[in-house]
Amino acid sequence: MSIQVKDVEHVAKLARLNLTDEEREMFTEQLNAILQYAEKLNELDTEGVEPTTHVLHISNVMREDVVHESLPQEKVFRNAPDEEDGQFKVPAVLE
Amino acid sequence: MTLFDLRLQEIHNRLSKKELSVTDLVGEAFAKISERDERVGAYLTLNEEGARAEAARLDNKLAGGEARGLLFGLPVGIKDNMVTEGLRTTCASQFLSNYDPIYDATAVAKLKQAEAVTIGKLNMDEFAMGGSNENSSFHPVRNPWDLNRVPGGSSGGSAAAVAAGEAYFTLGSDTGGSIRQPASYCGVVGLKPTYGLVSRYGLVAFASSLDQIGPITKNVEDSAYVLQAIAGHDHKDSTSANVDVPDYLAALTGDIKGLRIAVPKEYLEGVDPQVKASVMEALKVLEGMGAVWEEVSLPHTEYAVAAYYLLASSEASSNLSRFDGVRYGVRSDHAGNLLDLYLESRSQGFGPEVKRRIMLGTYALSSGYYDAYYLKAQKVRTLIKRDFDQTFEKYDVIIGPTAPTTAFQLGSQVDDPLTMYLNDILTIPVSLAGVPAISVPCGFADGLPVGLQIIGKAFDESSVLRVAHAFEAQTDHHKQRPAL
Amino acid sequence: MSTSKYETVIGLEVHVELHTKTKIFCGCSTEFGAPPNSHTCPVCLGHPGVLPVLNRQAVDYAMKAAMALNCEIGDVSKFDRKNYFYPDSPKAYQISQFDQPIGENGYIDIEVDGVTKRIGITRLHLEEDAGKLTHVDGGYASLVDFNRVGTPLVEIVSEPDLSSPEEARAYLEKLRAIMQYCDVSDVKMEEGSMRCDANISLRPQGQKEFGIRAELKNMNSFRGVVRGLEYEQYRQAEILDDGGQVVQETRRWDEAQGKTFSMRGKEEAHDYRYFPDPDLVKIHIDQDWKDRIRASIPELPDARKARYASEYGLPDYDAGVITSSKPLADLFESSLGYTKDAKAVSNWIMGDLLGYLNSSGLELAEVKLSGQGLGEMINLIEKGTISSKIAKTVFKEMLQSGKLPQQIVEEQGLVQISDEGAILAIVKEVVANNPASVQDYKAGKDKAIGFLVGQVMKQSKGKANPGLANKLLVEVLKD
Repeated sequence: MSIQVKDVEHVAKLARLNLTDEEREMFTEQLNAILQYAEKLNELDTEGVEPTTHVLHISNVMREDVVHESLPQEKVFRNAPDEEDGQFKVPAVLE
Repeated sequence: MTLFDLRLQEIHNRLSKKELSVTDLVGEAFAKISERDERVGAYLTLNEEGARAEAARLDNKLAGGEARGLLFGLPVGIKDNMVTEGLRTTCASQFLSNYDPIYDATAVAKLKQAEAVTIGKLNMDEFAMGGSNENSSFHPVRNPWDLNRVPGGSSGGSAAAVAAGEAYFTLGSDTGGSIRQPASYCGVVGLKPTYGLVSRYGLVAFASSLDQIGPITKNVEDSAYVLQAIAGHDHKDSTSANVDVPDYLAALTGDIKGLRIAVPKEYLEGVDPQVKASVMEALKVLEGMGAVWEEVSLPHTEYAVAAYYLLASSEASSNLSRFDGVRYGVRSDHAGNLLDLYLESRSQGFGPEVKRRIMLGTYALSSGYYDAYYLKAQKVRTLIKRDFDQTFEKYDVIIGPTAPTTAFQLGSQVDDPLTMYLNDILTIPVSLAGVPAISVPCGFADGLPVGLQIIGKAFDESSVLRVAHAFEAQTDHHKQRPAL
Repeated sequence: MSTSKYETVIGLEVHVELHTKTKIFCGCSTEFGAPPNSHTCPVCLGHPGVLPVLNRQAVDYAMKAAMALNCEIGDVSKFDRKNYFYPDSPKAYQISQFDQPIGENGYIDIEVDGVTKRIGITRLHLEEDAGKLTHVDGGYASLVDFNRVGTPLVEIVSEPDLSSPEEARAYLEKLRAIMQYCDVSDVKMEEGSMRCDANISLRPQGQKEFGIRAELKNMNSFRGVVRGLEYEQYRQAEILDDGGQVVQETRRWDEAQGKTFSMRGKEEAHDYRYFPDPDLVKIHIDQDWKDRIRASIPELPDARKARYASEYGLPDYDAGVITSSKPLADLFESSLGYTKDAKAVSNWIMGDLLGYLNSSGLELAEVKLSGQGLGEMINLIEKGTISSKIAKTVFKEMLQSGKLPQQIVEEQGLVQISDEGAILAIVKEVVANNPASVQDYKAGKDKAIGFLVGQVMKQSKGKANPGLANKLLVEVLKD
């Protein structure tokens, strides 16, 4: 599997990144190198091997349905780039 | 001997006897920082005013004879990917350059509870992605042993600060070697605990299934001492293990007679000859104390780096999606619509290594490639973990070098990400297996520190610390200080 | 419309908000209607470093709902991340379930025009809700409120077994009733605690392969679902009639215009990059847990309906209407604690009560009528204490004040006059004042008696016992 510039463009769009022409070329080359290296994994037969998501065998971690205090508004908006009427403000979705 | 050379426990005792004041300790730390940090670059944000006020408060408490926390009055530097309420936390990223956290990470809260004094936030590779600290978007960190060399990464600031005497101890985080490798490069002690031993709540996630917080210290006893304060179950972290925390200091018996050590042959292949020589020398020391070692094979070692970069990057691509400029962070000011806001804020906010990993991870998870990359890597992770499980059936610890080389020159590898990734080949398998490991100084090569990696069974930090401590007691590598 | 040439194939994706006290992954309250962003914390705002911790109650509710829909409950369930950028999604991924949902392979039975049909439920999974966007500045900006983000939802996906908008409605009504009976959600479409998206396609009658489907969004009421599907059925039939091809796309139902519109502007290649959420651990569901939840499931609508027919002899139709809403069925049963006449209770519920709710737009919970009130009122009618006509007044008063009928009757002096002397006096007066009608009656026009009884009732302000009035009139006119 070899990555083309158009694949890099597609992935950049999914990841919400704008790439310069230079970055596009650089990433195409580098991702190819890395993925080519990753081909190594295909040397291994993993038929029937369980994937590991967690190294620890912990399960059923849950909390009780008890309300805790929410944040004061000062904290909610302390870092807000733009705020209006107690809400976060963003430019509209491009229709 | 300076204040800085005292063991943490010793400082604690001297404070109790009022031979020392917290103000002295904090003053000493800031004196070193102002003298050295311009050259080292370990800190991103200093908490001087806050720390001095806290020192005064603690000194008052001391005078009143009240009970004291485990880390009472000890100045600590914290890697800048752990959120500290009211103290800027950037992850060394432009995107978070103005981020003022609204809560404390659990590890930070535990430090506060133990009454440590936060002196500042430490430089790192942006979002912990890197092994040289050259990916900090503010400024690189320089290795105190040779200012033209990297300190390692991603906890480069955390390791360099301890090596340079700019902090009594620090917290770092390790995803694929980010505590151990810089500890090795900087000649200090770095411990990556078992995954799940220290809460990840408030650690800005890079790769959630791998990230662990751990201490970086001048010696093994300090490492045990700090781990005692930060380890333990946290109900805010679902992946936190509900295990009893043993007395780590009590484990430091100095006795390793009969200890069974496995030395993976794969960990000695392709390693710098001087590094290898130091490790072999260290094994002799351990043998001299009654331990036995045998060469073993961890056959899947060579696949670890590939599996790791797919898994860690995939998780990172999702973890870093929240940096969208809506609720916090630096929002691009020339975005006319929502899509531009995302694209511009993220493109301006992230550096090249972060973008590269987001790209890789997004690709690996994308439709049609998930099975070939992500799932495959998870299965290989299982095989790697089995290597460790099988080895630990017969051996108490696994030992090898922490890194294949000593610290490299700044700028020497920046253009070649794959080579850079391969520096982590000895630390990554351990991270994938989730087991604990420590890096302790075991010698010097051309004046640069070499680290010995001691790997233990899951939740057996006690053995790891005991072996490291016993070794350290026989050597004086850890007592060497860089000439700054 | 030329839809008869085609068979309609509909599958529904229904989101139901579970009414836990707190959000699914943090302890913020889920209370509806609080000031914007007042129920938020670092976790649900997606601040750096936060981690989710699962609400046990949400899992219990989801299991209960899944079991009530006859789903199989797996032994292991897990959470996955669904990655997409949108301002109402703080982490830019939604924690959802991909390949190990809470429940799979269920079904419910619906009834349309007297025919029962089994509709398959593909799966029920647990996930977190998003925040709310409000458009401002003439559409150039949006405001985001994160109160709702993290409210637990179950998504219930049906098989494409529905063949008409009416069936879709019946399915939704049944689904709502079951959720209500299980007491896991408020299931109010108007408040958004129940939401519905639809996949709809047409295929020529007899064809096996499915046609190309459109996904329909933004139908915010049962009526909206039916209208949206009807419109889409019509639109697709027209395209097919013209030899065209339906485009696979997402379309938005516009209630005001009564049309669906393509959302292609927003559309892009969706690639959600699902993967197991490494911040959460697996859920192992053992038999004890399953048994405990199963034991908590109450009698469901179908069972109640059957019981009402067998136990109370209610007609199928009545039983169906009453059991379609849990509060209604509960009122019915509660009334029967005070009267034996089930059919009378059913008549009052189906007639006056539902009529009132429909015309006022109120929910049953918003009116004050109690089962005791309704039952006792029916007894008063039976005993002749009040007439059916008076009862209508009493009933209205009960809806508004919740007072018991005896009290209303006494306070307003509504007791039926059954005293012959009192009625006779009125009868005599009426006879004296209506000579023309008396004439007619005596001339053999029996109908005139009706007018005269009416006059007696009027004179007595409705309180005269009408039977007695009739009898006395006949006697007086004989003389």
